Amino acid sequence: MTTGTDITAMAAAGVRTPAPRAGTVPESVPRDLSGNGTGNGDEFGTGSETEAGSGSGSGSGNESGSVATAAPEAGAPGRGAAAALKAVRALKAVFVRTVAVLALIALWEVAPRAGLVDATFLPPISEVAVAWWELAGDGQLAEHTQASLTRSLGGFGIAVVVAVPLGLLIGWYRPVAKVLGPLLEVFRNTAALALLPVFVLLLGIGETSKVSIVVYACVWPILLNTISAVGNADPTLVRLARSMDLSTPRLFQKVILPASVPAVFTGVRLAGAVSILVLVAAEMIGAKAGLGYLVNASQFNFAIPQMYAGIITISAIGVAFNQLLVTVERRLSLWRVPASS
Amino acid sequence: MAKIVIEGVRKSFGGFTALDGIDLEIRSGEFLVVVGPSGCGKSTLLDLLGGLSRPTGGRILLDGKPVTGPGLDRGIVFQQYALLPWRTAQGNVEFGLEATGVPRRQRGARAREFLDLVGLSGFEDRHPHELSGGMRQRVAIARALAYDPDVLLMDEPFAALDAQTRESLQDELRRIWQSTGKTVVFITHGIEEAVYLGQRVAVMTSRPGRIKEVVPVSFGECDALLGEALRSSPEFARFRHEIWTLLHDEVARARQLEKEAVAA
Ligand SMILES: Nc1ncnc2c1ncn2[C@@H]1O[C@H](COP(=O)(O)OP(=O)(O)OP(=O)(O)O)[C@@H](O)[C@H]1O
Ligand SMILES: [Mg+2]
Repeated sequence: MTTGTDITAMAAAGVRTPAPRAGTVPESVPRDLSGNGTGNGDEFGTGSETEAGSGSGSGSGNESGSVATAAPEAGAPGRGAAAALKAVRALKAVFVRTVAVLALIALWEVAPRAGLVDATFLPPISEVAVAWWELAGDGQLAEHTQASLTRSLGGFGIAVVVAVPLGLLIGWYRPVAKVLGPLLEVFRNTAALALLPVFVLLLGIGETSKVSIVVYACVWPILLNTISAVGNADPTLVRLARSMDLSTPRLFQKVILPASVPAVFTGVRLAGAVSILVLVAAEMIGAKAGLGYLVNASQFNFAIPQMYAGIITISAIGVAFNQLLVTVERRLSLWRVPASS
Repeated sequence: MAKIVIEGVRKSFGGFTALDGIDLEIRSGEFLVVVGPSGCGKSTLLDLLGGLSRPTGGRILLDGKPVTGPGLDRGIVFQQYALLPWRTAQGNVEFGLEATGVPRRQRGARAREFLDLVGLSGFEDRHPHELSGGMRQRVAIARALAYDPDVLLMDEPFAALDAQTRESLQDELRRIWQSTGKTVVFITHGIEEAVYLGQRVAVMTSRPGRIKEVVPVSFGECDALLGEALRSSPEFARFRHEIWTLLHDEVARARQLEKEAVAA
């Protein structure tokens, strides 16, 4: 079973593709995989034909946070050299992580000034910064940001609340998952934005259709990741719980749920990126507020620096949101076997 | 009195017969070791005893009643450890205690006690991925011991350990068995281990798995001996040779069967 949103959408939203994982718990060799599906139905087990080891779209996203760990310690006397070395290493880490962004900023400043690109269409970043400052000063930026965040966080939140329990349920009942699988694939692979006209048709052009399209787009990555997380729960652990005569709700609470958390959260993180991606596009089509509207309207009025200010704000929000979710995800996945070992 | 009675048990997966015509009685408080070539159905047999799957034919009685499912009267040490990776060593041992309904306040102390027993004090807060294979196996053993089942079903529990640790845990297990009177069914590949631990050693045939012979192991006046003293006794060597001979033919046959299966 493949999970996660499609790669291009993730790349567009600035999310790294999660590293493929061999399986949740590499050292456990799954046995007794036949389950009830073969038809003799004589096992006490869940009958889950678990494909343990099928790479679910769940990496813990090792892309950030290495800086914090390199903070120099308060050096005891005689440890000065070591502390200095650590400081140098920390600086180096900061440099590595920022150099590309700094280079982009420098290029953005220099290229228009040097006449390499048309400054009318790509004004130097300093001008964009000034425009951004003005927008922030007169409250416009706050207004649009608030409008966008309300929609995308609202839709995202609804999607999480709906899709996680639903995914757990579907994942638990393997036959249901099997029947629904192809349908879910179809929905997942139907670009949410292609359905925007349908949403507008049904729900009008107001807030409802915008939040709905965010909900729609966010549901799939969460739902699919959750379903596969439940399906991929280590069969040995399920057998362990069975051997202790755990009731099904207890089995769910103590084994399936904790085992699924990392993969579920990977879905949540993908949905976070998708929520912003989809919303901005939706706001460009029919809205009177929001960052997507700001970008679109600025372009329309030929207020190019303002347009770029809007774009930068969107990408900053995207990066911050993703960073937040990555941090939470990392917290929840600490027990995972490190990918390298 | 027979604790476990296995009567004409057969187990097949689809068309493949893994176990056939298993008859075996295990006395209450007995230490029975099962040896057999890889793939002969030892783990399958243990699953049946644990109630994790049902026999295709025949029946299994526990205390005179047919086994219809798993129960906390039987503790399984799985061949693949089966540790919860999100729980610490301590938390994994407590998992068994939670299932049996030991009050929360007692769980911590009890778990620490059994981790100490398997030589893991100081590692309580480690997660499984921070432990070596042998340590993980010991956590699994501590978990099964801690919730105090009548019957211990152990699937090659010492396979991943180094010789020293293995021998000390063998002594520990013998001591626990002697002091608690638990019934133990112990699966192993190791002939020495079988002779050292077992009161009886059941040797299985390969494909389909049958009980070839049950060898009673007793050392007469040497029975009180431990460790090297026992291992180097002539009696020990005699039993080892006897079981080795029984197994030897089976292992050869199993290899042959595997080759034929691949060629076919
Ligand atoms: N769920 C299953 N479905 C199909 N075949 C199975 C299943 N479980 C076990 N088998 C088969 O039954 C046979 C016995 O397997 P089992 O795991 O009991 O062997 P074993 O004696 O424990 O081997 P080892 O010593 O290597 O652990 C094997 O040939 C295996 O392929
Ligand atoms: Mg086995």
